[in-house]
Amino acid sequence: MSLDHSSVTMQPAAAPSAPPPVPWKPSIVAEVAKVVANTAVNAEYRHLVVDCSEIAASARPGQFFQLLCPHPVGEQPFLRRPMSLYGADRTRRRVEFLYKVTGAGTRGLDTIEKGGTLDIMGPLGQGFTLDSKWRHVVAIGRGAGLATLAPLAKAAKANGTKVTAILSARRPELLVSVDIFKRHGADVVPVTDSEQTSGPGNVERILRGLIAEGRCDAFFTCGSIRLMRVQQRLAIEFGLPGQVAMEQQMACGIGLCYCCVRDFNVAGEIVNRRVCWDGPVFDLLEALP
Amino acid sequence: MIGPFSIDLSVEVGGIKLRNPVMPASGTFAEGLEKVIDFNRLGALVTKTVTRELRAGNPLPRVVERPGSLINAIGIPSKGVPHFIEKIIPQYAAYDPPLVVSISAPTAEGFASLAAELTLPGVSVIEANISCPNIEEDGKAFAMRAESAEKVTRQLRSATKLPLWVKLTPNTGEIAEVARAVEGAGADAVVVANTFLSMAIDLKTFKPCLGNIMGGLSGPAIKPIVVRQVFQCAKSVKIPIIGCGGISSAEDAIEYMLAGASAVQVGTATFLQPAAMVSIIDGIEMFCLQREISSVTELVHGVVIEEADDQDLAWLSPPT
Repeated sequence: MSLDHSSVTMQPAAAPSAPPPVPWKPSIVAEVAKVVANTAVNAEYRHLVVDCSEIAASARPGQFFQLLCPHPVGEQPFLRRPMSLYGADRTRRRVEFLYKVTGAGTRGLDTIEKGGTLDIMGPLGQGFTLDSKWRHVVAIGRGAGLATLAPLAKAAKANGTKVTAILSARRPELLVSVDIFKRHGADVVPVTDSEQTSGPGNVERILRGLIAEGRCDAFFTCGSIRLMRVQQRLAIEFGLPGQVAMEQQMACGIGLCYCCVRDFNVAGEIVNRRVCWDGPVFDLLEALP
Repeated sequence: MIGPFSIDLSVEVGGIKLRNPVMPASGTFAEGLEKVIDFNRLGALVTKTVTRELRAGNPLPRVVERPGSLINAIGIPSKGVPHFIEKIIPQYAAYDPPLVVSISAPTAEGFASLAAELTLPGVSVIEANISCPNIEEDGKAFAMRAESAEKVTRQLRSATKLPLWVKLTPNTGEIAEVARAVEGAGADAVVVANTFLSMAIDLKTFKPCLGNIMGGLSGPAIKPIVVRQVFQCAKSVKIPIIGCGGISSAEDAIEYMLAGASAVQVGTATFLQPAAMVSIIDGIEMFCLQREISSVTELVHGVVIEEADDQDLAWLSPPT
């Protein structure tokens, strides 16, 4: 190659002027959202739907919001309450949550009527990731995890990935998210305590079947440590990847306060991570109970 | 008549000029907040406290809420000085507001060596969190007594040329004396104050709500007590005071300034409203506009105390 390449032009002596500064824009907002619906879906869970900004409505599966709950009579919840995303519609600028009334915060949520308002902050945290190579994944949830996994149904369908959802509850009538998974073409396998199908042994048997049929390229789970352990064992045995959404008491929700830390096993070393900021979705094999 | 944009929000605080009097309280500020607010709007940026020793932090639970307040016992997790210099300081290099680095150590000598090591380009102020236990005095916080506060401040002063802010504890009956001792030892400003030592017990289990048993109380519930402490310190020292305790609105910040604070720190409020600091800055400007106050410095120590004979003023300095 010739060194005296004639087409190379001389650089100007002055450094090129810096690009104009990009105006700062938020990617997380706290906003007063309008409550479109707040209704019971079964004896335990309530479905909350709010109209919100495009930033909030761009939430991805596995992400969460921090809700500033109204004060129920006689109680003063001070902090926001983390609530995993149940559904998001960017074009309609809407997000949905599923909650169970268990404490002062959710008792406050229970008091909001349609047409009322709720201060929501989000979207927060690292959500689930779907590899385009995965043809078939398994979602396994119980309790609040049933709500957290629900947005995966739509995202997986858009990704061209088939889902088998193993949904666990105490009784069949307490199962939630079944319709969402079915609507997006997932196979739903309900397992319940009352039918004695929800034990780790039976879930492992179902999973081994799916793995044998080539229908488990990855695990997605939330809401049960026992079921997480089953998946960790199988993930190691068969060399499968997985993701788990974890819970922890939170204060700020954006990684400032270090109140929601958990231990993780990263290549044999115990590492402290913030659930709100580094998660709530973590690598299945790094998660510790 | 004062027009918009003509209000001067800038303040001089202990050797440094701030574009406005609002900054985060240490421990409630990190890179994640950049997704919610524009850091260039703030008066200063304040890091979480760094220690020389590696600290894992306290056992969980680390926070518990009470009406109008939060009790925390996070335990100052720290990855040590090299990590802080390599990873944390550069995170803030691109922003205009000065960087205040909060430090802590178990001994006066430890404070001094840490301040010396962190006197670096990119660091504008050293904030010494002397509310932590002093192992040389049986675990009693340096800022509990004037003598120990003076000793640690003197050593800090000789270790760094940077502006030195000293953060006091509210858990002392003699905060004005501590502030004066710190001033005498060469501090450029005092931060009044930190959290109140407190405790909460779970009635279901009869166990303490916090893994650390005790923790620090913050939030709106503590504000009137700390406003009083700022007022007492303002009578006692000439160096600027940075008010900190339960500020969640512009009105709260202005109240602190009237009591004697030149600037304020906002902590717990950010957990509830992540854009609280920006709202407070805008609210202070609006207040000045409405009251035709051209410079926010006019508010500092603006509290009006009616003339009275000495007998009636006795309550201002109650016996301790």
